[in-house]
Amino acid sequence: MRHVIIALFLLLPVMAFAVEPDEMLQDLVLEERARVISKELRCVVCQNQDIDSSNAGVARDLRILVRERLVAGDSDEEVIAFIHARYGDYVLMRPPFNASTLALWLAPFVLAVVSLLAGWAIILRSRRKGVVADFSEVEEAEIARFIDINTPKDN
Amino acid sequence: MGRILAFIPLAIAAVFGGFFLWGLNPDRDPNNIPSVLISQPAPQFDLAAIEGLETPGLSRADLVDNAGPVIVNVFASWCVPCRAEHGILTQMVEKDGLRLFGINYKDKPEDATKWLAELGNPYERIGSDLSGRAGIEWGLSGVPETFIVGPDGTVLFRYVGPVVGDEAIARFREALEQAGALPRGQNG
Repeated sequence: MRHVIIALFLLLPVMAFAVEPDEMLQDLVLEERARVISKELRCVVCQNQDIDSSNAGVARDLRILVRERLVAGDSDEEVIAFIHARYGDYVLMRPPFNASTLALWLAPFVLAVVSLLAGWAIILRSRRKGVVADFSEVEEAEIARFIDINTPKDN
Repeated sequence: MGRILAFIPLAIAAVFGGFFLWGLNPDRDPNNIPSVLISQPAPQFDLAAIEGLETPGLSRADLVDNAGPVIVNVFASWCVPCRAEHGILTQMVEKDGLRLFGINYKDKPEDATKWLAELGNPYERIGSDLSGRAGIEWGLSGVPETFIVGPDGTVLFRYVGPVVGDEAIARFREALEQAGALPRGQNG
């Protein structure tokens, strides 16, 4: 008995999906594709949650729509394009590469190049400088005086 | 070179500070989802009338070849903000002579009929969107949403949420003016 209860509790996280049984397709291959597509689409009311895991009404409608398109014979790309046409870039969990997302996609590379160049410049500079610098006569005299002052004298 | 490097932290702080300032701006609404419909032809949809109501249904054909811009309001009887917005839309129809179409979103016909009987029906046409499919065509994220559609069927403006409160009304009226539905400069 106890084992059964433990097994049931272990099953809980598996069952905690937003996708309701009545939405699921009989065709396991299509259903699997629908799940993959649903994870690529963002819920428009909850934001930052994909429609696969959202309980919102619109998310449910979109899940059903995704399955309808799949049953109608659309490819995965066509299904995503269908919803993208209605909700814009916003629904895509992975932002597409276009003029408005140029900064988003290129910034990491630009920053990497800039920081590498900066690091390179700093290394070059410290190498060129060397460790021993030449002091002027005045500086030499000052250093000598400083050493003289701070040297403990034996009485 | 050393001098320039010394200013880099300041420059970085300025960039981040600017970003935070932008983020903290109370007028910026992060929930505001840009609509792909603006300047696009209104989506294809064809909705029957609410069962038991005399107001005719609504389809895309009703949004094309109008004399002037029209308002398309998505509402539902179960939506509380819609109730608040209803009076304002009614006034726009009665006082400003604007044309108002409705999409009744996921609503039971009897509830919608009762709601309209109670609050009045300023809608010229109402399409009943029981499945919410027309809502998806409009890129709807919730109710209420209100669109301004040009005479040629082009979507000119989208307002998410209820057109309630001075600020919202002013913004909506400004959009109506820009669309040419209201004479300019009468916005008090």
